[in-house]
Amino acid sequence: MLEFLNNINAQFCGFFGINSYMQGVVVMVCINIIAVLGMSILTGFTRLFSFGNAGFMSIGAYTAAILTVEFHVNFLIAIILGALFAGFIAYLLGSITLRLKGDYFLITCLGFGECVRVLFNYTKDLTGGSAGYPGIPNYSNMLFCVVCVILAFFLAWRLIHSKYGRNLTAIRENELAAEAVGVDAFRFKRMSFTVSAIYAGWAGALYAGYLMYIVPASFNLAKSCELITTTVIGGLGSLTGSVLGAIIVTILPEIFRSLSNYRMLIYSLAVILIIMFKPSGLYGYKEFSLKRFCRGIKKFFLTLGNFFKGAGKKKATADGEEGSSHE
Amino acid sequence: MSNSTVPVLEMQNVEKHFGGVHAIDNFSLKIEKGQIHGLIGPNGAGKTTIFNNITGIYAPDSGKILLNGRDITGNKPYKVAQLGIGRTFQNIRLFSNLSVLDNVMIASNLDASYNLPQAVFKTKKYREHEKFLAEKAVELLDVVGLADKVNEKASSLPYGHQRKLEIARAMALNPELLLLDEPAAGMNEEESLDLVNFVHEIRERFNITILMIEHHMDVVTGLCDFCTVLNFGKTIATGTPAEVKSNPEVIKAYLGGTD
Repeated sequence: MLEFLNNINAQFCGFFGINSYMQGVVVMVCINIIAVLGMSILTGFTRLFSFGNAGFMSIGAYTAAILTVEFHVNFLIAIILGALFAGFIAYLLGSITLRLKGDYFLITCLGFGECVRVLFNYTKDLTGGSAGYPGIPNYSNMLFCVVCVILAFFLAWRLIHSKYGRNLTAIRENELAAEAVGVDAFRFKRMSFTVSAIYAGWAGALYAGYLMYIVPASFNLAKSCELITTTVIGGLGSLTGSVLGAIIVTILPEIFRSLSNYRMLIYSLAVILIIMFKPSGLYGYKEFSLKRFCRGIKKFFLTLGNFFKGAGKKKATADGEEGSSHE
Repeated sequence: MSNSTVPVLEMQNVEKHFGGVHAIDNFSLKIEKGQIHGLIGPNGAGKTTIFNNITGIYAPDSGKILLNGRDITGNKPYKVAQLGIGRTFQNIRLFSNLSVLDNVMIASNLDASYNLPQAVFKTKKYREHEKFLAEKAVELLDVVGLADKVNEKASSLPYGHQRKLEIARAMALNPELLLLDEPAAGMNEEESLDLVNFVHEIRERFNITILMIEHHMDVVTGLCDFCTVLNFGKTIATGTPAEVKSNPEVIKAYLGGTD
């Protein structure tokens, strides 16, 4: 099955002339989109900040890796189990920590993410420790990842546009009022946290299948921060914005390879600029709509046209004045 | 289910202390179906604390709170809301960034019984329930006069409309009892009068029981069948607004007097 899928992918990429570098970029974009979608549900729609989602990514990655390598489980099942296991851990963690108010939840998440990383470093027999876990079958080809992204987006979209999503946004807007209209805030926050961890685990499992080799260090605090940053840039409250954010944040460092050492610097600058000029993110609370996009383009060209017309007129009058002054 | 002899809300000897302060002292109350009951008293008298005890934000130290004869003492806020107590807040708490329609739909989410897979696959049940919720919300918004503003952002509404939206949202719970926390706060005389008519209309239409905190005496006289006057957590008078107004204790509490 794996060979068959990889074959299809190879044929497809061969047909369209997509080289392996491009494929790699697309796969990374897809992985980041899935992780950021989870983050968007948690942070964008429920307003819970988690600095531990890289931890859930690593849980998904190691679960899928160990299942495929040690137990020869089909990769599809391994990915699903990896994602679900991350979700299960989040459910347990959330049950304990989500009753905490304010920043305490954030701090426990941060601690959790670091604990998981250190744990994987120490369990050498199971995970290979800091030397990494090699030999994972290469199941994350480009087409498969794109299909995963479409599925992930579809599920997130339907979730957000149901009563569940409405309850999450109610908690985001005003928790006290949400409770006053019968929303069990704790339960829905836990749901949001679990879903976000499932997405992170899913992304992690794909990551393992793409690199074929994972080390705990790649799921560090910086990765968690990157996920949050991407969500904030994309827009806190917009799934399409999150997708756009993930694409931008993943592709930009590829374009500016030579500047990759300054990546974190540029991220922080981007976040500061966004917070200063567009605090709700690129898309804010709006979703991308083709209609609005076309209207925006039209408006843009109209203004551009007017601008040139205006400039032309100005120039003409300036010429006239110049001419008259010469006389 | 609700028998006419069972009051919609009954509070029996409810007490709540914060440290040494008796926020509510041995408070009892009975509200029959369809009544509008006013809760008045100077600042710090414990009115909002009573609301918070009913809605489960605080658990009372002692005493009992019964809704239609059912003990709801110490239930969580969302549970109390699900059991049929809708409320508004003294300082309006809307879902500011959401549309007017969504504000009301969130409150009627409890009417939708579809599950997650059904939402993902948009089954017939999902579509029917969502349609029903939207229709119900528009209907309620029509009652409060906001039907033409369904797609506007809640925070963009003028103050008076926000108050009405909050009431519409509370009504979307299909409550047995509606708690209004100073609905006329910040309103001028004309707006208060408008509010009196509006609350009357709501009561007639939904045959609902209302407990309200209010400072404007014209609103209280215009609306309430009975009222309870509090001072420092103690009930100092009960009766019709006219009776209460002429009670010397009440006059003393409001205007101050020599002890």
